[in-house]
Amino acid sequence: MTTATPTVGAGVQATATPGRAARVRKRLNSRTATLVSIVLALLWTVPTFGLFISSFRPENQIKTTGWWTFFSDPQFTLENYQEVLFSTGSSGQLASYFINSLAITIPSVLFPIAFASLAAYALAWINFKGRDWVYIAIFAMQIVPLQMALVPLLKFFSTGVTIAGIQVLPAWDLVDEQKFAQVWFAHTCFALPFAVYLLHNFISQLPGELMESARVDGATHPKIFRTIVLPLITPALAAIGIFQFLWVWNDLLVALIFAGGGDETAPLTVRLAELAGTRGNEWQRLTAGAFVSIVVPLIVFLSLQRFFVRGLLAGSVKG
Amino acid sequence: MEFDFAAEQPKFLMLMYGLIAFVAVVGGLLLLLDVVPAWFDRRREERLIAAVASGAPLPRRRKPREGLFALFFLLPTLLLIAVGLVVPAIRTTLLSFMDKDSSDWVGLANYSWLFSEDSIVRVLINSLIWVLLVPLVATAFGLIYAVLVDKARFESVAKSLIFLPMAISFVGAAIIWKFVYAYRGDGDQIGLLNQIVVSLGGEPKQWLLESPLNTFLLIVIMIWIQAGFAMVVLSAAIKAIPADIVEAARLDGVSPWQMFWQITMPSIRPAVIVVVVTLSIATLKVFDIVRTATNGNYDTSVIANEMYNQAFRYGEPGQGSALAVVLFVLVIPIVIYQIRNLRQQREG
Repeated sequence: MTTATPTVGAGVQATATPGRAARVRKRLNSRTATLVSIVLALLWTVPTFGLFISSFRPENQIKTTGWWTFFSDPQFTLENYQEVLFSTGSSGQLASYFINSLAITIPSVLFPIAFASLAAYALAWINFKGRDWVYIAIFAMQIVPLQMALVPLLKFFSTGVTIAGIQVLPAWDLVDEQKFAQVWFAHTCFALPFAVYLLHNFISQLPGELMESARVDGATHPKIFRTIVLPLITPALAAIGIFQFLWVWNDLLVALIFAGGGDETAPLTVRLAELAGTRGNEWQRLTAGAFVSIVVPLIVFLSLQRFFVRGLLAGSVKG
Repeated sequence: MEFDFAAEQPKFLMLMYGLIAFVAVVGGLLLLLDVVPAWFDRRREERLIAAVASGAPLPRRRKPREGLFALFFLLPTLLLIAVGLVVPAIRTTLLSFMDKDSSDWVGLANYSWLFSEDSIVRVLINSLIWVLLVPLVATAFGLIYAVLVDKARFESVAKSLIFLPMAISFVGAAIIWKFVYAYRGDGDQIGLLNQIVVSLGGEPKQWLLESPLNTFLLIVIMIWIQAGFAMVVLSAAIKAIPADIVEAARLDGVSPWQMFWQITMPSIRPAVIVVVVTLSIATLKVFDIVRTATNGNYDTSVIANEMYNQAFRYGEPGQGSALAVVLFVLVIPIVIYQIRNLRQQREG
């Protein structure tokens, strides 16, 4: 090393060597960093991957050997899915529950978004007395845990409202499929505080001159909302839509209480939790069933990840 | 083995009703807001013309009724929040002071039951373990990972892999991990964890039956799901650190270690707090994982799960409500801490 540049003074040499050492160390560092991150990513993916592989293995194989033997002895079948989706009786029938999940999720996403965007617009751009207080009150509702609302809300659906012995509101008296309405109602109520808060973050950041000039031109609030605000906040609506979709599709608690347990209304999650409890050893059904419930949110998530992340950041960091 | 599509029709019909209701309510509201003011405007115009024609003094122009508009925009939200959250929350608080038939006042009996029953004390301790471990470990993991993959070549793919569990339901995640923890008495193991233990020369275990180990194994599931959230938020915070600060530090020759503790950490402190707080609240309310994996047996139950059991399975709405109130009370200080932090951050 020293022989190459005999003319260079000792001081220069001293600074050059740590520089090179630092570079080498940095490269090593980044290599270990890469290695560690690959190991961690594997660790995070392997459980799901194992489930996925297993769901395609024949029953006797799943029950006797680990899923990793698939690679030395690949046996492939779609029978698990066939059975868990379409067979009737206690063994699965997930196709029916899949439709329930859809029927629960679609209105439970649409209603809160529509109401929340209206409210968020009013809170951001209509001047009225006590506006800040209304916003703070709605915002604060986020801290009420779901569990605080469940018992009385169920009673509200089943017996209506009586004040001092007088029936003010009737019971809903819903049967079978009609119970979807209870779940929609509950999900909409529970989603509103967060949805209003998130959309308010977006809507209040729209340029004020835009609203001003529209007002000067004589546009009314509904018109501004429809023609100016809605198109501008489409990405935000997408973000919160994905949030709400994932939350409702993956929810167990609300569905368990308000949907009833039958195949007329219960969503996939309820059925799956039930299978895990009663048929915990029938891994051919559980693995296929779990994957059926995972696949839709996974597709939504992967295709719309960009919006989801944006919503996440708006919701958590801006405060 | 046959799927009867005709039997599914009532569901689609119900879904259609829901969509019609949606269009009717939202469309109706917007229409109402459009038509009614327009009608008032026309009336005013007519009066104005009439006044001009008859030579009477012009009617005064009234201020547009902003408040009324706001009320209609806010109406559905305020109504639903009142019916679905505010009133029920107040009722739950009242119910927690009543007996199991919700008819007689029993004072603090439900609360003293909380702390006298051994199994419930166990539940409270479990919840404490959850809320201490999940936010800390998930945030630490998310942070480490975010730093490791920052500006790496396959950053977006690497992040997606960690983030993916967030899309999976807690029920699905619990089944995935139950499969990892699965146990076979003798012969081949089908659970990954036992296979690893066996290949290292150990004895296979019934992981989910062994208290207190099982609680920690359930916590792993929650960390697995939530680490992605922490990673995404913190990664965004890291990217928001001004480039010139990082560059200046690099020119000064700080090591990656110093860089992390002296530049990165102080800059992303607010984001770290937000993540920890959000995860703490989510963790306190966790229900699905425990219910699916062990149903709360073998000493694994947590507050939210026990609340469901008491209120909806054992027919004890008073005791269930008391648990819900405890949950609420535990959430409040966490939220206050966050609000204080945000305010400081804004002022600073």
